[in-house]
Amino acid sequence: MSGPCEVPQPAFPRQRRSTAASARFYSRGVSVCLAAPLVVALAIGFVYPVTRLVGLSFEGGSLEQHRRLVAEPLYLGVLASTVKVAFIVTIASLLLGFPVAYLMARLRHGIAMVVAACVFIPLWTSVLVRSYAWVVLLQRNGIVNTLLADAGITDGPLKLIYTQGAVIVAMTHVLMPFMILPIYSTLQTLPPDYNRAARNLGAGAFRAFISVTLPLSLPGVFAGSVLCFVLALGFYITPALVGGPGSMLMATLIGQQTTVLLDWPFAAALSTVLLTVTLIFVFLFRKTLSLSKGLHSVH
Amino acid sequence: MIGQYLSLVGLEKHFGSVRAVTSLSLEIGAGEFVSLVGPSGSGKTTALNMIAGFEGPSAGKIVIGGRDVTHVAPNRRGIGMVFQKYALFPHLTVRQNIAFPLRMQRQSNKTRMTTRVEEMLELVQLSSFGERYPQQLSGGQQQRVALARALAFEPPVLLMDEPLGALDKKLREAMQFEIKSLQERLGATVVYVTHDQDEALTMSDRVAVMAGGELKQFGTPTELYRHPNSAFVADFIGRMNFIEGNCIENAGGTAVVRLSDDTVLSIRAQGLPATPKAGQTIKLAIRPERVRVARRGEGGSGCLAAVVQACVFVGSVHILVVRLESRPDVLLQIQLPAEGGLPFQERDAVDLLLDDGAIHLFANTERHAA
Amino acid sequence: MSTDLAPLPNRLPLIRGHYAAATFHAFAKAFGMIVLATVIGCVLFFLLLPTLIVIPMSLSETDYIQFPPSGLSLKWYRAYFSDPDWMAATWFSLKIALATTATATIMGTMAALAIVRGRLPFSSALQALALGPMIVPHIVLGVALYLVFSPLQLTGNFFGFLIAHTVLATPYVMITVTAALQRFDPALELAALNCGANRLQAFVLVVLPNIAPGVAAGAVFAFLASFDEATVAFFISDIGGKSIGRKMFEDIDFNLTPVIAAVSTVLVVVSLMLMGAIHLANAQKRG
Ligand SMILES: Nc1ncnc2c1ncn2[C@@H]1O[C@H](COP(=O)(O)OP(=O)(O)OP(=O)(O)O)[C@@H](O)[C@H]1O
Ligand SMILES: [Mg+2]
Repeated sequence: MSGPCEVPQPAFPRQRRSTAASARFYSRGVSVCLAAPLVVALAIGFVYPVTRLVGLSFEGGSLEQHRRLVAEPLYLGVLASTVKVAFIVTIASLLLGFPVAYLMARLRHGIAMVVAACVFIPLWTSVLVRSYAWVVLLQRNGIVNTLLADAGITDGPLKLIYTQGAVIVAMTHVLMPFMILPIYSTLQTLPPDYNRAARNLGAGAFRAFISVTLPLSLPGVFAGSVLCFVLALGFYITPALVGGPGSMLMATLIGQQTTVLLDWPFAAALSTVLLTVTLIFVFLFRKTLSLSKGLHSVH
Repeated sequence: MIGQYLSLVGLEKHFGSVRAVTSLSLEIGAGEFVSLVGPSGSGKTTALNMIAGFEGPSAGKIVIGGRDVTHVAPNRRGIGMVFQKYALFPHLTVRQNIAFPLRMQRQSNKTRMTTRVEEMLELVQLSSFGERYPQQLSGGQQQRVALARALAFEPPVLLMDEPLGALDKKLREAMQFEIKSLQERLGATVVYVTHDQDEALTMSDRVAVMAGGELKQFGTPTELYRHPNSAFVADFIGRMNFIEGNCIENAGGTAVVRLSDDTVLSIRAQGLPATPKAGQTIKLAIRPERVRVARRGEGGSGCLAAVVQACVFVGSVHILVVRLESRPDVLLQIQLPAEGGLPFQERDAVDLLLDDGAIHLFANTERHAA
Repeated sequence: MSTDLAPLPNRLPLIRGHYAAATFHAFAKAFGMIVLATVIGCVLFFLLLPTLIVIPMSLSETDYIQFPPSGLSLKWYRAYFSDPDWMAATWFSLKIALATTATATIMGTMAALAIVRGRLPFSSALQALALGPMIVPHIVLGVALYLVFSPLQLTGNFFGFLIAHTVLATPYVMITVTAALQRFDPALELAALNCGANRLQAFVLVVLPNIAPGVAAGAVFAFLASFDEATVAFFISDIGGKSIGRKMFEDIDFNLTPVIAAVSTVLVVVSLMLMGAIHLANAQKRG
């Protein structure tokens, strides 16, 4: 066949889009059947119980439980200190976790693996085990007090456990991986070229960090902070084991109402308030919250 | 089994209000290589998906070798398909990939299956690569595995959706040749989608040009190139120059047109279509290699006066870009043989002589592709 | 280049000054690096210490918690394995965790398929709802489940736990499987159909092997989410059926003995082995 025109042809502008036929494979009916078991499980094990709980707090259509909660300054104080502790834990996790995340993302592979192991091992350890370890470390005749006394810094044992400080330390420990991982996965996707370009344009290492790396890592910082904060708001195990009566949080207060005072309607009201506060935060920051980021780097 | 005829009868596909394909009818002979070309979004992939059974047509019929398969599930059509990015199963070796369709057909005879796989490996010259995984192969090799997998069960029809889109130019050309010779050797019926009209022209027995979901023209490459039935096809296949004008007369094999610069041309040619009729506005079209160029005053009568704007050497030919003197907004491309140097340079005044037999006239109702 | 007008001797101090600045700079940089390294070292120590401290404690000879332990013995492990209460809790939790892994993995994978590859009405609402149990405070969920389960005698009951833990564990599966499905090329499934596979065969022979790492990771997360869970377990356990989490919680609160350290060590070893296996499998897959 005679060669057609040899004039160079402009390539057609291409738009790649997977056809709907290939991307959406299962029909509506099949999809509904696939999702049905989970929907049923969620209805039985999640939606219905939580609705019942919220309903119980308004038992008989009365606002009495909620009125009690608002009227007593003690309870509002617990709510305030819950938010405060969650905030401090988030900030502490951020300040301590950021350098670690940065190091993990920038270091050579071998050392980065060691750092990553230091982050993952506590993450994969049961919260109970970690809380237990903090009890052992901080108790009256525990390791910290022994070391302090042996070093001659203190005369007698300090009261470390069952304080708000202990709660903050232990919760920071438990939640820090949830801060580190989102920051790490954001930093990891930043090509080092940005930083190099900034250095090349005359910025010092510190300036390059402040003006390039830090702003670009903000999505990870926000994701980690929101995750940390939300988890800290409702944390139960650690404050229950490490905290004391003087360091009551919403979760431990609810625990006390149900296990010691057996005041279920009031516990329900407290739970409703805690749930509402949590959901408000989740809703406000839903754009930044990425649950998968925390797990993402795990596998 | 391999190489059956395929006929599409009034195929339609609507996605909501989008008419992706409208009344597409094609008769494709056994062992024929047919390409679908057309601009992006013209419905090529949709047409292929309907043939493969991935999309049900909104209307129309698909018949393969006498069997109506319009409502047959994709896995029961036995059509081979080569996907754009090959779609090789990454967890299976080359050998297992090629054996996959045979396994699905419950070929009980194990030894026949193995010999078939070896045959296919040999066919695509990958005998020593059987135990590799797809990601351990080069793009061209993956392409050949995809071909072998699609051909393994001797499909009556083989579909390919831009199979060479991801390869570089050199490899593309080598693979074009390989696919074509394989198809001829096996006598397979192939429907081939491509963006690249050169590819379509060099490989196909016949080419179907689509635009906006419609079939514009279906014919051999020479037919399409020499006798495009619309300005769209003329523009889409190869390079074409257009000059607008009016038809004064069109009867008995002679057409008289007045071009927009008031030149009156009388065109005598066989096979001039009955349209455009007298009084219609027209587009006169001519291929760059069918325009002759002479120095000003040496062209004789019926010439168009023009000025050379640019001369480009592209290896095999020279390209002249000229501007009509009376219509400065009309630029024409002219192709001249490369050997013997170029007798013209920029700003030369020239006469253009249009070869009567190479002129196409189209009624000026449609927009063309570019 | 700066001006060359000044004679060389005059420029020397400048150069010297520059040197001084440079050495100061290098010093500051090195100092900064040391400070940063120290801080990071301390943080890593802080992160790792509590996990690692339980192991030597579990090997101590004394009855009370002491660190460093004075002698080595396995007596706390013996105590753990011979205590019927601990064993009952362990088996109970193990049964629940295995069943939860199965239900959560199957249901989570199915739902992820419907969300990513299907035409599901209210798909994003379902996604948000399914991830809810990760966000809603577990104490709220615990109290709520107790209220519903208690009249139905589902507290301390295998099925009660199974429902609760399935709801808690499924989000992990959904996250990992959704990610795996999004990486999966849908054309492969069409290719399988085209090769003559039916939908089920296409799923089993092509989709599943390719998303298997995600499913396996989800299964491990689901197992640990159930086995290590304590807050909800605290509320839906009772005398008749107590999970290991609830038992540990009680013992840490009231009966602090090194047996807990032994149990903790077992939990840590199980977790690390499972997660390590997933990690290695994925690293191998990538490499
Ligand atoms: N599943 C779908 N839903 C809605 N519209 C669709 C769908 N699939 C294709 N279309 C539309 O149908 C038209 C034809 O699409 P098709 O993919 O067949 O074009 P194409 O010729 O293959 O284009 P390309 O050359 O870019 O691959 C386009 O306008 C496209 O947007
Ligand atoms: Mg296409």
